[in-house]
Amino acid sequence: MPYSDDLTIRITDTSLRDGSHAKRHQFTEEQVRSIVGALDTIGMPVIEVTHGDGLGGSSFNYGFSKVDERVLMKTAVETAKRAKIAALMLPGLGIKEDIKAAHDQGVSVIRIATHCTEADISIQHFGMARDMGMETVGFLMMAHSQPPEVLVRQARIMADAGCQCVYVVDSAGAMILEDVTVRVEAVRAELGDDATVGFHGHENLGLSVANSLMAVRAGAVQIDGSTRAFGAGAGNTPLEVFAAVADRQGIVTGLDVLGLVDVAEDIVRPIMDGECVKDRLAIIMGYAGVYSSYLKHAYRAAERYGVSGAEILMECGRQGLVGGQEDQIIQIAAELKAKAAA
Amino acid sequence: MVDRTQPFRFPERDACVDSFDRGSVHAVKKIPAAIVGPGNIGTDLMFKLLRSELIEPRYMVGVDPDSAGLKLAREHGLEASHEGVDWLLSRDELPGIVFEATSAYVHVRNAPRYKKAGIFAVDLTPAARGPYVVPPVNLLEHIDEMNVNMVTCGGQATIPMVHAVSRVVGPLEYAEIVATVSSASAGPGTRNNIDEFTRTTSKAVEVLGGAKRGKAIIILNPADPPLMMRDTIFCQIPDDADHEKISKSIHDMVAEVQTYVPGYSLRAEPQFDVTDNGIARVATFIEVRGAGDFLPPFAGNLDIMTAAAAKVGNEIARHLLDRAESPAGEN
Repeated sequence: MPYSDDLTIRITDTSLRDGSHAKRHQFTEEQVRSIVGALDTIGMPVIEVTHGDGLGGSSFNYGFSKVDERVLMKTAVETAKRAKIAALMLPGLGIKEDIKAAHDQGVSVIRIATHCTEADISIQHFGMARDMGMETVGFLMMAHSQPPEVLVRQARIMADAGCQCVYVVDSAGAMILEDVTVRVEAVRAELGDDATVGFHGHENLGLSVANSLMAVRAGAVQIDGSTRAFGAGAGNTPLEVFAAVADRQGIVTGLDVLGLVDVAEDIVRPIMDGECVKDRLAIIMGYAGVYSSYLKHAYRAAERYGVSGAEILMECGRQGLVGGQEDQIIQIAAELKAKAAA
Repeated sequence: MVDRTQPFRFPERDACVDSFDRGSVHAVKKIPAAIVGPGNIGTDLMFKLLRSELIEPRYMVGVDPDSAGLKLAREHGLEASHEGVDWLLSRDELPGIVFEATSAYVHVRNAPRYKKAGIFAVDLTPAARGPYVVPPVNLLEHIDEMNVNMVTCGGQATIPMVHAVSRVVGPLEYAEIVATVSSASAGPGTRNNIDEFTRTTSKAVEVLGGAKRGKAIIILNPADPPLMMRDTIFCQIPDDADHEKISKSIHDMVAEVQTYVPGYSLRAEPQFDVTDNGIARVATFIEVRGAGDFLPPFAGNLDIMTAAAAKVGNEIARHLLDRAESPAGEN
């Protein structure tokens, strides 16, 4: 079943949300206007704009925003002529008032994310968002860490709560091809007509485009990515590449491929502090199964404490840290330093 | 009927029983207490109160006749009923103190009834009808209040650390806490109402911690075996703050919390830092290992809640006993 009469799948660009990590949450209104304006022109259906860690993410733990995310969301809404503007929200960090505030800025799609075993903390938020008439998406984060049968139960909780599309989210960029297939197929079989399925990939092991294609073949109808891979870890699924691949595969995304490669090169790249690349720490994230937004924090802690960033990330993987536990990176680095001194 | 002339039976799994001197409590008058809500929290609290020298846990109240908590309470000598607060308030002898371990919604309904009956209420839900109490910060400040609130588990674990910093440098511009608890220790109450946790905790970081602006984040981690509760406390401090004094205050406060939560410890020395945008801060890393009274040790988040509630209850009991013994109280 295609996404709609016009589209096989619907794409969401997360440059202005996951890209916020790469930018250390320093986006300006001008940059938001520039990226949203360009993406809107080439037919991007949905553009996500929020602090990298979701609504309310501006903090010591995740990094303070340069410009209040509500201002950035409003700027995006005012700029977009066709695209819907989405916001991300993590229960436990954001609260229902944050969703209301995003709605007040004109955000029409709310994406509510939990660790992939904790879907029941999102029930009230889905209910409220639907009552307000928002489109709802659910994120099962770190989905590589759980087998399909666990994801299926969690997806059901979200769908029953009012989630219209449940995403299998490869937050660590750790999934390898069939890992995606079995998870997307299982969730799709469970949800039937109750909700659709999406996939969100990261480039840490170099498989995000291939993984996204596997997801589409397994029945996903929504795919996330970032133009120029502007995102967390080694970056998100590079949308200009995925759009080209989809087009050659006969998958209709509605995106203008030639236009998108220009936007990636001429508009998005100059706003990035650097390319998102598969450097050693980014690869280790995929290899150890660590949440992609830890990257910049690991670099900083490694430098501050004079310890190996790779060792920090391996320890994060060993401890089974989940999204949001950036505070533990400092503690692990301090501990590694103390151990080295002993 | 329960034979009250017999000493209470202690649970076999209770690790603290050996250190308790049963001989010293024989003729001392105790304040009878009720626990409403026979779930994990209520049951763990019961074991702590059974060791109290000032409180006699007499009633356990629930709504489900098949509740394991009610059965366990009966086995330990309490009168237990599934007929709710109506049953409790129709007892011949009312409790002097009631500990509410239900939900915010239920406590909002019950609170006025306790007050009308003249019963002191220690509220372990996030209802927050009465003032917040975190023992090392304001244990005695609200001792005459008929209703006090225990904030949240994250609040009990972190607010002492915020206070430890603000008592050195004065009111903080901003403080932020991150509480990570094992998924296994987060019950339906927390899960269904996770916004209450963040809202109540951040408010209490301001009111009790001494921060002009507070923020709270809770994370559930499903790692197996379950991890201990971990808390990170970030406090914004003045650029010229005395780091040694702050560290000492933090260590002193940890020792104070350890007097009622033995498993409370620093995981690293306090870390002083300046953020990208030039804000000076201190980060404190805490682990809370539970006492294992009823709940497993990884549930330090629940243990610190029940330990704090028991401590507050004991102070209220002492206050009530003092009042009863003083000449004014006999009039």
